[in-house]
Amino acid sequence: MISETLEITPGQLKSRTGWDIKPQGACKGEICIPLFSSVTTATGLVDLSKLAEKLNMPLIRDDVAGLWCLGPEANGKALTTTIAPDFELPDWQGQTFHFSSLRGKKVLLVAWASW
Amino acid sequence: MWQALREELYPQGLEIVTVALDTLGLKAALPFIEAAKPTHPALIDEAHLLDELFGVVNVPSGVWIDEQGIIVRPVEPAYVPRGQFRSRQIPEGASAYVVEMIGEVNKMIEGYKVSQDTEKYFPALRDWATNGANSRYVLSPEEVIERSRPRGMEEALGAAHFELGQHLYRQGKTDLAVVHFRQAHRLQPNNWTYRRQAWSMADPLQGPTDLYEGDWVSDIRKVGAENYYLPLDMD
Repeated sequence: MISETLEITPGQLKSRTGWDIKPQGACKGEICIPLFSSVTTATGLVDLSKLAEKLNMPLIRDDVAGLWCLGPEANGKALTTTIAPDFELPDWQGQTFHFSSLRGKKVLLVAWASW
Repeated sequence: MWQALREELYPQGLEIVTVALDTLGLKAALPFIEAAKPTHPALIDEAHLLDELFGVVNVPSGVWIDEQGIIVRPVEPAYVPRGQFRSRQIPEGASAYVVEMIGEVNKMIEGYKVSQDTEKYFPALRDWATNGANSRYVLSPEEVIERSRPRGMEEALGAAHFELGQHLYRQGKTDLAVVHFRQAHRLQPNNWTYRRQAWSMADPLQGPTDLYEGDWVSDIRKVGAENYYLPLDMD
């Protein structure tokens, strides 16, 4: 997740990473990770450096561009649950496609590329 | 190329969703999609989100997800139906690099694994379409997670550098982007999507440039054409 600032709103965090800050911890899908100490600032923003440390995510910065990037959780495996992550991507005609709209069907998800 | 299979399996409740991992977005993928005339969802993934969400490291890759949204087979090579993988002829007037490239592609195609694996993948997919949860190709949750790609801090850091590189590239800050692409290549040396995406934006043939340490032909030769795709374990 790219950010110009080190502090973002919980809403931005949820929409861009799936992580939701709740009283019981940081939650994504059925997984909740207790945080023990706060990752939010006095004004209610999420401090990405504290969150990255708690969730075992890399946080890098490009000083010239003035950008941060929060990477995925480093939990040993690309999948930590078999529940398929919900995601949205544009289709080739520009409409937003919600992956969850396929619930009820078997899905073969194929990654390809033009290169 | 997936369209015919979709027509066959859709009546059995199986949908195919194709996702183009292309930093350059629709303009890169559109000619292929228009030629395929898909009736299934054909999505554009500029950010290589599928790399991060599912652990895709090469294309074509497939993931099987059941009616309840549960992954029953993680990322593995998803070969196009037989007939698509044919040895290539060398076009007249091809450059030395293209000749070498086609040579490696042909080794890959003629090699035992790709031809054998192509034979295995589609019968397995048809079996799942017919038998659902009772298919012998449906893996247990433990097996799905175990078979998914490793993601330690190096891999996660590589993903962050790749994401930042793509963002900067799309902003036109190519010099800054290259620094992050190089880091991503170093941190995830087995990720072909990271390498080929970056190479292709420097040279459409993915040949040697001053920007990157590797190139398609040299890197394929390092691992051996027969090892370009991960093994497909359908037994």
